[in-house]
Amino acid sequence: MTYALEAKGIVRRYGHVEALRGCNFNVKPGEVTALIGDNGAGKSTLVRILSGAEQPDEGEILIEGKAVHFNSPSDSRNFGIETVFQDLALCPHLNAVQNMYLGREVPRKGILGKLGFLDHEVMRQGSEDAFRDLGATVRSLTASTGSMSGGQRQSIAVARSAAWATKVLFFDEPTAALGVVQKKNVLNLVRRVRDKGIGIVFISHSMPEVLEISDRVQVMRRGLTIADYKTSETNLEELVGAMTGRLDEASK
Amino acid sequence: MSMFTNTNGDPKSDFGILAEEKESFLKRIPKTQTFQIVSVLFVITAIFSAIAPSTFFTLFNLRNIIINISVFAVLGVGMTFVIITAGIDLSVGSVLVFSSVIACKAIVAAGAKGWGTTFMGIFVAVAVATAWGALNGWLVSIAKVPAFIVTLGSLSAALGVSQIITGGIDLRGATPELVNKIGFGNVYKQIPVLGVIAVVVVILGGILLHKTKFGLLTYAVGSNTEACRRVGINVNRQLIYVYSLMGFTAGIGGIMSLAMYQQTTIAGQSNTALTVIAGVVIGGTSLFGGYGTIFGTMIGLFIPIVLQTGFIIIGVVPFWQNVVVGVFLVAAVYVDNARRNAADGGGKSLKKRSKKSTS
Repeated sequence: MTYALEAKGIVRRYGHVEALRGCNFNVKPGEVTALIGDNGAGKSTLVRILSGAEQPDEGEILIEGKAVHFNSPSDSRNFGIETVFQDLALCPHLNAVQNMYLGREVPRKGILGKLGFLDHEVMRQGSEDAFRDLGATVRSLTASTGSMSGGQRQSIAVARSAAWATKVLFFDEPTAALGVVQKKNVLNLVRRVRDKGIGIVFISHSMPEVLEISDRVQVMRRGLTIADYKTSETNLEELVGAMTGRLDEASK
Repeated sequence: MSMFTNTNGDPKSDFGILAEEKESFLKRIPKTQTFQIVSVLFVITAIFSAIAPSTFFTLFNLRNIIINISVFAVLGVGMTFVIITAGIDLSVGSVLVFSSVIACKAIVAAGAKGWGTTFMGIFVAVAVATAWGALNGWLVSIAKVPAFIVTLGSLSAALGVSQIITGGIDLRGATPELVNKIGFGNVYKQIPVLGVIAVVVVILGGILLHKTKFGLLTYAVGSNTEACRRVGINVNRQLIYVYSLMGFTAGIGGIMSLAMYQQTTIAGQSNTALTVIAGVVIGGTSLFGGYGTIFGTMIGLFIPIVLQTGFIIIGVVPFWQNVVVGVFLVAAVYVDNARRNAADGGGKSLKKRSKKSTS
């Protein structure tokens, strides 16, 4: 089975500090891969590299087996890779539809489109479809997202990324700021996106959540992926042990 | 796989909630700041009309008010865009002077008469001011100098360059066409050409802001710059365009002022930026970006001018106008803040969270 996204031997240095030291990572389509690791393990750096925000010093990135090079976040998006950020990256003054199509506005046909007029009907319909697709609870398409609850904003952010992602979707601590009910909703959204055949990378500090949602868990420590578990064959102690390095010490 | 089944059941059942919560349009209107400010303008006008019914509401006064406001209205269009991006432009008055000085020089060099020379002058004024606006935009977006400082620098530098060129003495050099047909001209009876130019600029500006992608991106950049960068919007380019548009309107203002006064106004524009900014803010545009309307700006500009005219007519010392405008300005920002806090969980908490999110 080819990987939706694969990173091989990624090295990233900041001055004398090696944040990533030959890190490997992979995601299969239609599977939730959790990426865990303590603070400073290099998760954020790896995600920034895989989403095109930073470039690796060494190593290669493959999409469906073909080597690619990202110069900017737009590059990775063009390959169908999207990210749901912890802070959601929505414009609070804009409504759900405008946020949905932010940076991808659909122009009207003909001369009016050339003049910069937008096709609101197409975008409204597209957003409605995307929300329905995920069963996302969005109360209003016309209210500003800033006036909505955290859970609703989350739904919009997830629906936006899911609608544009064709291969891989990153969730960067998607539940960190949410209540119990909203967390459950987000996990349901994650499952629905996965069921569309998209590879999902789920980054979280919450081990119970990781164990609930993921199919595989890859553990990072000190700039390396040190373990790759099947979720069904691992447990909390093993994950925490791998993250903190207790396993290394035990094996010495 | 059973643990992954959809615990929420049929996804469409969730979606049922999506039916718009329709708060009736009539109920929503009184809550908008635009409505509040229109009411204020209406009340002021009504008071003056009641005190001096014979003089205040005559066509002559309306014409005067329109001419007074036309340059500010044009500048207000550009300023609304800039403030919606959470920026500011203190340099409009100086850029206006600079563009009119250069245009005046060009017109004199070309013989100072004829429509050809007039249009050349208009083009020069607009081009020069747009270029200065682009420079402001470049400094704000790419050089990352705060807009307040960039335009404070431009305020000083553009006026300084104008003074160097002219030796500090105002230039006379408008073509007769510019003065007679545009400055004092009427399109029809008592409808001044300058007013019509302003209305056209305002309408085009309103369409650009509220109906096009350019306008949407302007709101988006002001609302959450980081989110725009992440979705691949070229934020720097948008900012340069917005400040260039501000310059463009300053250039139109420059040529309008040249037509009105038949000479440059080197010493006369020191308060222009503040008047325009006050109008934009009184009109409900948020200094924190992301929200504002061209219509609100126009109402916000009308209030000081109506007050001024009204005070003169009813015999109050016109200096009171400055006091009242000052109070209005502070009150407008207070109302804006109160509303933003009331809509909590909105822009503010988003920003707070993004600061924390470094894992």
